[in-house]
Amino acid sequence: MNVALVKNETGSALSDSFAIARDRLPGTGKVAAAREAAFAAYAQAGLPHRRIEDWKYTDLRALMREVLPLAPAPDAAEFSRAASAAKLHAIEGVRRLVLVDGVFAPKLSELGGIEKGLGIRTLRETLETGDAALQALLFTPDNANPMVALNSAMMTDGVVIDVADGVVLSQPLQIVHIASGTVPAAMFTRSLLRLGKDAGATLVESYIAAEGAKAYQVHDSLMISIGNNSRLDHVRLNEDGRDAFNISSGVVSLGAHAHFNTFGMMSGAGVSRYQATIAFAGEGSRVETNGVNLLNGKQHADTTLFMDHAVPHCDSREIFRAVVDDRAHSVFQGRIIVRPHAQKTDAKMMTRALLLSDDAEADNKPELEIFADDVTCGHGATTGALDESLLFYLRARGLSEKEAQALLIQAFVGEAIESIVNDGLRELAIAAAQRWLEARG
Amino acid sequence: MTALLEVKDLKVRVEEREILHGLSLTVNPGEVHAIMGPNGSGKSTLSHVIAGKPGYEVTGGEILFKGEDLLEMSPDERAAKGVFLAFQYPVEIPGVATMNFLHVALNAQRKARGESQLTTPEFLKKAYAAAASLNIPRDMLKRGVNVGFSGGEKKRNEILQMALFEPAVCILDEMDSGLDIDALRVAADGVNALRSQGRAMVVITHYQRLLNYIVPDFVHVMSKGRVVKSGDKELALELEASGYAQFEDAA
Repeated sequence: MNVALVKNETGSALSDSFAIARDRLPGTGKVAAAREAAFAAYAQAGLPHRRIEDWKYTDLRALMREVLPLAPAPDAAEFSRAASAAKLHAIEGVRRLVLVDGVFAPKLSELGGIEKGLGIRTLRETLETGDAALQALLFTPDNANPMVALNSAMMTDGVVIDVADGVVLSQPLQIVHIASGTVPAAMFTRSLLRLGKDAGATLVESYIAAEGAKAYQVHDSLMISIGNNSRLDHVRLNEDGRDAFNISSGVVSLGAHAHFNTFGMMSGAGVSRYQATIAFAGEGSRVETNGVNLLNGKQHADTTLFMDHAVPHCDSREIFRAVVDDRAHSVFQGRIIVRPHAQKTDAKMMTRALLLSDDAEADNKPELEIFADDVTCGHGATTGALDESLLFYLRARGLSEKEAQALLIQAFVGEAIESIVNDGLRELAIAAAQRWLEARG
Repeated sequence: MTALLEVKDLKVRVEEREILHGLSLTVNPGEVHAIMGPNGSGKSTLSHVIAGKPGYEVTGGEILFKGEDLLEMSPDERAAKGVFLAFQYPVEIPGVATMNFLHVALNAQRKARGESQLTTPEFLKKAYAAAASLNIPRDMLKRGVNVGFSGGEKKRNEILQMALFEPAVCILDEMDSGLDIDALRVAADGVNALRSQGRAMVVITHYQRLLNYIVPDFVHVMSKGRVVKSGDKELALELEASGYAQFEDAA
């Protein structure tokens, strides 16, 4: 009874906001029809709740309660605050592509001197004037996941990046999501990165808040396709504001002999969920997907990964670490499916949580579904506190309690961070972890 | 002259059971004291309480370090003041490179004393010199703290820390445990090299053997939570001949 009531309330409220927003959403014809279908899928399910297995630990009806209205296009003051935030978090040597309140900001982005074989467009222009096949591709993520469906229905802007066959980008790309609005609102973004054959790229995704940004919601998704013999190094750093929500999805597909090294760190946002599906479509490919949650206060962060071994001879590695303090809650769900013909699959997953307070909570849910008979698969999960004997050893050598904890926390997350192959990206992750430890005092 | 370390009538409990029943010990600069005794006599408890390990309740007496109340200080404050415990079983800390740990620890102590921080080059120079004198290969310093170290390597790592931190009082808790005779000699040579006019050592051991290599000025016999006899190095030899049984009866 209750469920129906809640669903109707959120559903109808959102229907209104979809109706209001519709005129501002790019695309007509088939795009608009695809939006309608996606919205219908979302409206039927409503916000996911704990009785849906996949959302058991992240009940958005309890945590989020409602989807906020679409953020208004940023004004001059908001762009200015966003520019300050972008400057503060600037990373040297990258090509920055900035989205402010869900809208691509060319003035804050670096669009000059685009190297040969790199194409960058906005999602908005792609949905308005792009070719039909590309538009259709942008709607392929599965509407069965309500938050993906909602994102498909409402996506407003983002970046569409193409790297041509044989091109290895010399400069890393960074997609920066900046929230700057002073009125609580939601932004819906989707980006696409397509790597051709024999190509290579490095991508950083950052989520930050400009000063004064109010409780906002980020609804984002990133579609990635990695061509044969291509490689993508990817780092995702969520440093959203503490009262923010961040619901993001990744949809990744790899060709043959491709390599995807990805790392995610969640230290920001009050409530976040990062759900990624990684599918092997060609043989001989490898994925390392690793992550760290650094949480305190009342933060809730959920990483849900689905590794789809659909073809033989692919390797996947997942190393995940959570450091949970105060009353925070970390969730890791890792599902690996090895389909019937995917022989010689080598898939491993290890998740460990470190609880720094009695009220901290960590849920680890590894799932293996193996339908092939000649595979190597394994998973493990542990949860524990800092080892008192190690803490005492460090303190007996002169480290304060906080310093001793910080050193052990660094060591704990180190294994996941060390798995980042690209030196520059690894440094970024180390710095982000350092910022969290320093903020902890 | 103020004593470096004064333990006065110390009474210590662990989980409702009294382990030390009024132990007294005075250690002056330059002295090497050996504390011997059978298992369960409270030797390790004494070392842990001096270093500030949690889980021990001091119910009576006091410990003064250069006249200051040591029991009021946190373990890291004690370290910065110059109290060093060489652990019987040094812990392994995976993921923390030995070199990084040593640097962080030394700078933490220096900061607490209001001294300047050592830069990486300054620190490396100091650390490599100390390591070389203990025959510790540089490769070992890159590994996680004590991870995969042999018993002898772990003890040498403790002595390396002693050399770097330059403490005023070194408590060596069962330094000989788990060491063969060659490893013991290397460790003892390292300790002897650190003996100095201003520094005192308290060598806790079950066996007299170690005292052939680290020759003490004073020997104390502990039994059932008290010092039951004190003497010079000859006392250790007597013990080797007669065993601890006589003191267990006396206590």
